Amino acid sequence: MKVLVPVKRVIDYNVKVRVKSDHTGVDLANVKMSMNPFDEIAVEEAIRLKESGTATEVVAVSIGPEKAQDQIRQALAMGADRGLLIKTDAEVEPLGVAKLLKAVVEAEQCELVILGKQAIDDDSNQTGQMLAAMLGWPQGTFASKVSKEGDKLSVTREIDGGLQTITLNLPAIVTTDLRLNEPRYASLPNIMKAKKKPLDVKEASEYGVDIAPRLEVLKVTEPPKREAGVKVENVAQLVEKLKNEAGVI
Amino acid sequence: MTGVLGFNTTRLASPHLTPAHEAWRQTVRTFVDREIMPHVNEWDEAGEFPRSLHKKAAEVGLIGVGYPEDLGGISEDIDVFHSMIAAEELSRTGAGGLVAGLMTHGIGLPPIIALGSEDLKRRIAPSVLSGEKLIALCVTEPSGGSDVANLKTRAVRDGDHYSVNGEKTFITTGMRADYLTVAVRTGGDGAAGISFLLVETDRPGVSRTPLKKMGWWMSDTASIHFDDVKVPVENLIGIENQGFLGIVANFNMERLSMSAQAVAFARVCIEDAAIWARERHTFGKPLAKHQVIRHKFSEMVRRVNATSAYLDNCAWRVKNGQSPISDLSLLKVQATRTMEFCAREAMQILGGAGFMRGHRVERIYREVRVMAIGGGSEEIMNDLAARQMGL
Ligand SMILES: Cc1cc2nc3c(=O)[nH]c(=O)nc-3n(C[C@H](O)[C@H](O)[C@H](O)COP(=O)(O)OP(=O)(O)OC[C@H]3O[C@@H](n4cnc5c(N)ncnc54)[C@H](O)[C@@H]3O)c2cc1C
Repeated sequence: MKVLVPVKRVIDYNVKVRVKSDHTGVDLANVKMSMNPFDEIAVEEAIRLKESGTATEVVAVSIGPEKAQDQIRQALAMGADRGLLIKTDAEVEPLGVAKLLKAVVEAEQCELVILGKQAIDDDSNQTGQMLAAMLGWPQGTFASKVSKEGDKLSVTREIDGGLQTITLNLPAIVTTDLRLNEPRYASLPNIMKAKKKPLDVKEASEYGVDIAPRLEVLKVTEPPKREAGVKVENVAQLVEKLKNEAGVI
Repeated sequence: MTGVLGFNTTRLASPHLTPAHEAWRQTVRTFVDREIMPHVNEWDEAGEFPRSLHKKAAEVGLIGVGYPEDLGGISEDIDVFHSMIAAEELSRTGAGGLVAGLMTHGIGLPPIIALGSEDLKRRIAPSVLSGEKLIALCVTEPSGGSDVANLKTRAVRDGDHYSVNGEKTFITTGMRADYLTVAVRTGGDGAAGISFLLVETDRPGVSRTPLKKMGWWMSDTASIHFDDVKVPVENLIGIENQGFLGIVANFNMERLSMSAQAVAFARVCIEDAAIWARERHTFGKPLAKHQVIRHKFSEMVRRVNATSAYLDNCAWRVKNGQSPISDLSLLKVQATRTMEFCAREAMQILGGAGFMRGHRVERIYREVRVMAIGGGSEEIMNDLAARQMGL
């Protein structure tokens, strides 16, 4: 079973994001970029499937700028077998990403795609679902456990009320939640070995799909600053404030 | 410079770093965040860190970086920058004891790699590089550390073994170590009478006493007494009376690494002081808006930048096979002075809060002196440089 793992280059989760002064977006100049944390979990899961003999090959794909090769190399250093960069400097929305991934899935004849449930930059939480719909494949989203049972895939999902376990026919789509696993470190020897693993680069235009954005960004602003809390003297005052200031009772 | 002033923004971009270096930095950073940061204060107060950390560190490549592949190290396509990134990122903890204790093999092992017989290397290096065994370097003696050529611990050859008598002190990881790389006198006076011997700590006659100290709490430091310790001649590292070469084997990397640490500690000071200066209000405005305080940051960043550029240049020369003795000596002075300055200024900015235990700056402040004394003191470094200048 060949597994495809899309990995996205995003602003590192430790970076304090700043909105550009002209409100057209966030400041990306000299900002540390990393692999989307949910994608790291996806890579880890795919490698575990390979180590347990379930998967035969793990292919990491990224859609993004030239520099997204760094994130693919990280996936290779963790243990993926080869990489593919679909190069574009334009912003690609989930729909465009799903269309490109569909083309890759078909070209590569993958049987399983493991994606992060969302990317921490735009928090869309759409790509996996859209890809499943376009391929007509079953989907197990927000996975906290994945195992192969016979010719099916058992996926435990994190849902509002608790956990839900479903069985999927293959081929299938899985999106990862935080508790699925703890990604391994890319060790120094493996970083050095990853430099020699194959990494293909293609232009997004080669796929002949329409990835033009459907959304127009009007304005990006900082979230309102949280105001300092107040201490109330007694219950009466609390009730008074909840009623008159917060308006919740 | 964009982004919030701190550890990351005070790192100068280097033309010598590749994506693989940056990937390595990322691995060490994640490792530090996950395995070390949450426990640093607790370990320092306890005076030790778990021994298992050595194995974990070895698994990601922290212990083997720069050592030959056939001995269990990682050397293919590896250069000094990989080792410096390790030192720098470990120093982000603001805990010198962690770096000293975890990386003691960085001074204990090179003499063996540089001079040791094939047999000795194969016997010792793999178990050290896998994090199973710990090795310490014993040069300094109660009678002196700077004047290495006059060390007094004696090893007398008696058939197929040496008999070792004497005392070493201030030995990092001396209590925990399985192996000691010991500088001993086998010949006459001066540098030409010194050899290096590998001494296993479980040999009869080796006794160790822990020392309490001003900083570096989580790394142990020992006085080690050798009382008629019998050591087989196979444990001789290199050729008899040519041990001084073993001391020299450590110089480049030790000075580069300590300088990388010192600059990183300075950057930690800037980071913690900057966070504070933004939040703390006095006389109606944030500290950072008072000119006296703002200028402290400019001064700190100026020195860090100058030192980083010097560090980068020296490392690049070492990478290219040079041994710039004078500049490496001056670099160490420059780097520890920068650390000293930043620790002082950051502490002033933090006020009383910086004096409280558990703060990175408080610890760094206490650990300035050992950086300026250990691994070649400021005075000795300056004098060595002057001699190289032909003075
Ligand atoms: C925490 C810690 C860990 C250490 N770990 C190790 C270790 O693992 N292994 C090891 O072998 N050693 C270790 N050392 C010892 C360290 O290398 C020595 O402290 C250092 O070399 C200085 O030697 P000394 O302390 O004997 O001082 P001395 O040599 O007695 O010097 C005292 C002072 O006089 C100055 N001085 C000396 N000679 C001259 C001169 N000719 N001209 C001008 N000034 C001079 C020195 O700069 C210093 O300021 C450690 C030290 C510390 C504090």
